[in-house]
Amino acid sequence: MIPSTLEYTKATSLDEALAAVKAGARPLAGGMSLMPMMRLRLAAPGAVVDLGGVPELVGICEDGDEIAVGAMTTHRSVANDPLIRQHCHVVAQAAAGVGSMTIRNRGTIGGSLAHADPHGDLPAAILAAGGAVIVRGSGGERRIDVGDLITSYLTTSLAEDELITQVRLPKGAGQSAYAKFHRRAIDWSIVGVGVSIGANGVRAAAIGVGDRPMRLSAFESVLNGGGSLDDAIAQAGEGLSPLGDLDGSTEYKLHLVGVLAGQAHAEASSR
Amino acid sequence: MEQTITVTVNGTAHTAEVEQRMLLVHFLRETLNLTGTHIGCDTSTCGCCTVHLDGETVLSCSLLAVQADGRAVRTVESLEQNGELHPIQKAFHENHGLQCGFCTPGMMMSALGVIEQHPGASDDEIREALEGNLCRCTGYQNIVASVRSAADEMARS
Ligand SMILES: Cc1cc2nc3c(=O)[nH]c(=O)nc-3n(C[C@H](O)[C@H](O)[C@H](O)COP(=O)(O)OP(=O)(O)OC[C@H]3O[C@@H](n4cnc5c(N)ncnc54)[C@H](O)[C@@H]3O)c2cc1C
Ligand code: FES
Ligand code: FES
Repeated sequence: MIPSTLEYTKATSLDEALAAVKAGARPLAGGMSLMPMMRLRLAAPGAVVDLGGVPELVGICEDGDEIAVGAMTTHRSVANDPLIRQHCHVVAQAAAGVGSMTIRNRGTIGGSLAHADPHGDLPAAILAAGGAVIVRGSGGERRIDVGDLITSYLTTSLAEDELITQVRLPKGAGQSAYAKFHRRAIDWSIVGVGVSIGANGVRAAAIGVGDRPMRLSAFESVLNGGGSLDDAIAQAGEGLSPLGDLDGSTEYKLHLVGVLAGQAHAEASSR
Repeated sequence: MEQTITVTVNGTAHTAEVEQRMLLVHFLRETLNLTGTHIGCDTSTCGCCTVHLDGETVLSCSLLAVQADGRAVRTVESLEQNGELHPIQKAFHENHGLQCGFCTPGMMMSALGVIEQHPGASDDEIREALEGNLCRCTGYQNIVASVRSAADEMARS
């Protein structure tokens, strides 16, 4: 279908973008989630502001013990970036597996986090790595851990006039990997798990098992307490109660969490 | 809201006044009558609408026409030159790479996206590049064979 009537502006600076958002415009990043929603009329913003011409929002650089990734950086750039591949492999690997080439050419890291799809791969990978976002709005700038950003299905703790400007990835995420299961190439993950093994121990996060990316705390505590990988896998689903749906039953998804956590952990350890 | 845009399509600059909500694919098909680019879904899933925007493969159904203002778009209509089929078109013909042909323009534009940048692409890389293009007829085998053959031909010439 054709999107409903809208007013389009293309911001050329962050200040312009923030002013437009404050005036009620919906940010348009890669459009890989927003455009289909507009075509289905699940979203009908009266105004959109295109972030594609804002120089402050693109690019990847080292900043102290973190990597700063502009919100408008595409999945393709994240997947191919040497810094991210070296320090936060889990995030590069998740980005490389998003949708298809055409989706990765346009879809962005900031858009993925803001969209907060409970099946989105990037949020789980960034949560496993221990990443955060920098957001800006009329109240100034603040930093939010990714675990506190996504609060439920398609819902974040961003204020209406706030934009994600940067994603911060720790350089100390250690060895890390992402494993997911989906039926066909372009499908969203039924379940996906990111694991990082850093100086502070194992961190693991999964999608497809709740209304937001979930830390696998039982899996983490078994391994961080010196337990075996087999025990950790057996307990990976503890505390989670994914809804059964067309993708699979609750039991099946809990089974997948264990299998994928094991795979991601084995791959991370061998890296 | 209306906006005047200038988009270079297959080497020719076109200026038109469009509604800001117009999708790029509708601009190509309805304003410019370039109906080779198809529409197969509302969910950015099928890849039938794939074109090149400044050399990169994109879904023309998931961009507004105004987002292409000042930029260069290349569609399937650019392939045939003076009655001579492009190697990718010849390869689809010779390898039976299509049945109904609905997915074919998008398939060829996605395939060109990978083999022009990387003529030595492996079969796996070709398959990866075609992940976002759905075909309901062929079972994909002959499509991959067509792209393989075109890639080899283009690497030779
Ligand atoms: C067929 C298909 C398959 C896909 N498969 C996968 C998959 O396997 N895994 C996966 O993770 N994702 C998948 N995706 C989604 C993809 O990752 C999108 O890129 C992502 O969900 C949205 O990013 P975007 O840049 O396109 O954002 P948009 O679609 O432009 O925006 C999404 C939302 O975020 C808001 N927004 C965007 N940027 C900002 C910002 N900087 N600050 C505040 N708000 C902002 C927008 O207003 C909108 O509400 C798929 C998409 C499609 C169409
Ligand atoms: S029409 Fe289906 S992806 Fe564009
Ligand atoms: S040839 Fe019919 S959809 Fe591909």
